[in-house]
Amino acid sequence: MEATVEKTGTEGKVWGGGHNSSPLKASYGKLMMWFFITSDTLTFSAFLAAYGFSRFKFLDAWPIADEVFNHFPFLHGVDAPMYYVALMTFILIFSSVTMVLAVNAGHEMNKKKVTLYMFLTVVGGIIFLGSQAWEWKNFIKGTYGAVETRGGRIIQFVNTEGKRVALADFAQPLPVVREAHEASNGLWYAADERPNPSFSLEEVKAGFTKNDNILVRLQNNAEEGGKVVLSREESLAVMNNQANLVVEGANLTRNEYGHPLFADFFFFITGFHGFHVFTGVVINIIIFFNVLIGTYERRKSYEMVEKVGLYWHFVDLVWVFVFTFFYLV
Amino acid sequence: MAQDASHSTNAVKRIWTVFVILSVITLVEVVLGIFRPEVLINTSFLTMHLLNWIFIILTIAKAYYIVWSFMHMEHETKGLRRSVVWTVVFLVCYLTFILLDEGTYIFNVYKDGYIQWKF
Repeated sequence: MEATVEKTGTEGKVWGGGHNSSPLKASYGKLMMWFFITSDTLTFSAFLAAYGFSRFKFLDAWPIADEVFNHFPFLHGVDAPMYYVALMTFILIFSSVTMVLAVNAGHEMNKKKVTLYMFLTVVGGIIFLGSQAWEWKNFIKGTYGAVETRGGRIIQFVNTEGKRVALADFAQPLPVVREAHEASNGLWYAADERPNPSFSLEEVKAGFTKNDNILVRLQNNAEEGGKVVLSREESLAVMNNQANLVVEGANLTRNEYGHPLFADFFFFITGFHGFHVFTGVVINIIIFFNVLIGTYERRKSYEMVEKVGLYWHFVDLVWVFVFTFFYLV
Repeated sequence: MAQDASHSTNAVKRIWTVFVILSVITLVEVVLGIFRPEVLINTSFLTMHLLNWIFIILTIAKAYYIVWSFMHMEHETKGLRRSVVWTVVFLVCYLTFILLDEGTYIFNVYKDGYIQWKF
């Protein structure tokens, strides 16, 4: 009888093992959600650190965020830096609040309240996604337009007071018909061809030579802050010798704001975050309907709401960092 | 039961407090971001100007409130808390240091070295 060991000597010890001991006092599902969130945090921090790397590497070709994101709905032509992203941040924080309220109502087993708060969370998520789409639209469309040099640098235009000037404000239309090269015209080898910009390089150059008060602004950082603005003579020399291409808006190859990598990272990081928001909304909708049909009421536990809540807060958390490193710093 | 009810009203109160804190921090960030006070930009501390330090510290404060309050990290066990937070903090610090340091190095190569980009 002595030989049958029924006790292991680890009873009552938290880390002793065995199927009844649960040292972290969290359910399997919640623990796995934390695993996922930890690894996803590392993914996002790798993206943001890579953004930082490229920015530090091309510090002399990086745009100023305040100038890029300065639109607000119904305020056309008004310089409104940051207002819109701040609004988006508030929307996301608020939908995080309704999510915790839903989790809290779940602890009270209050189905009505959980339903209401889950619904508000889904609405908040959808509004955020719409806002992001609008932000992308403005970014892709561009505001002022710029010229690319032979070396692939972006030069922009300012007036003598240092205010940005759009290409449309000074370019001089020339009586030349420009035709877009298309595959249907037999130009299959010109696959790289982009649609014609609003003005040809010649028109921009002609307008630039005519208007004495337009100067070229480089991407290099000036000693006293801001970007370097050339004198009129230097500007003319740059425009006549180095100008190569008219750039309007942004795509993955080039953008009017500065270094191509800026737009690449913008599309990739906010896109990847937006994708997380999208999946979050989809999962929230599924949980919302499960709440409606009483699945968790029968299960006598709303822990599922808590688990998607963790994911939803994580999405908010990532946005807080994207907001800082894309728009503020 | 009565204890349960008071516990939950406390929790709701805490949620709104945290919401107010997060909103105020965001507002401060936005106002600083729009005005960019000269003093803060011109004063440099540990190779970064003061404004950026403020932004980063405020962001970490926000992250703390979101994780601790909204994600209920404050109610988890010490083991779970540490295994998540320490892992992330250590790896992120390492990653950031390495990448930003090397980025600066390459910038200096472009600037002072034989490879130049000025056309």
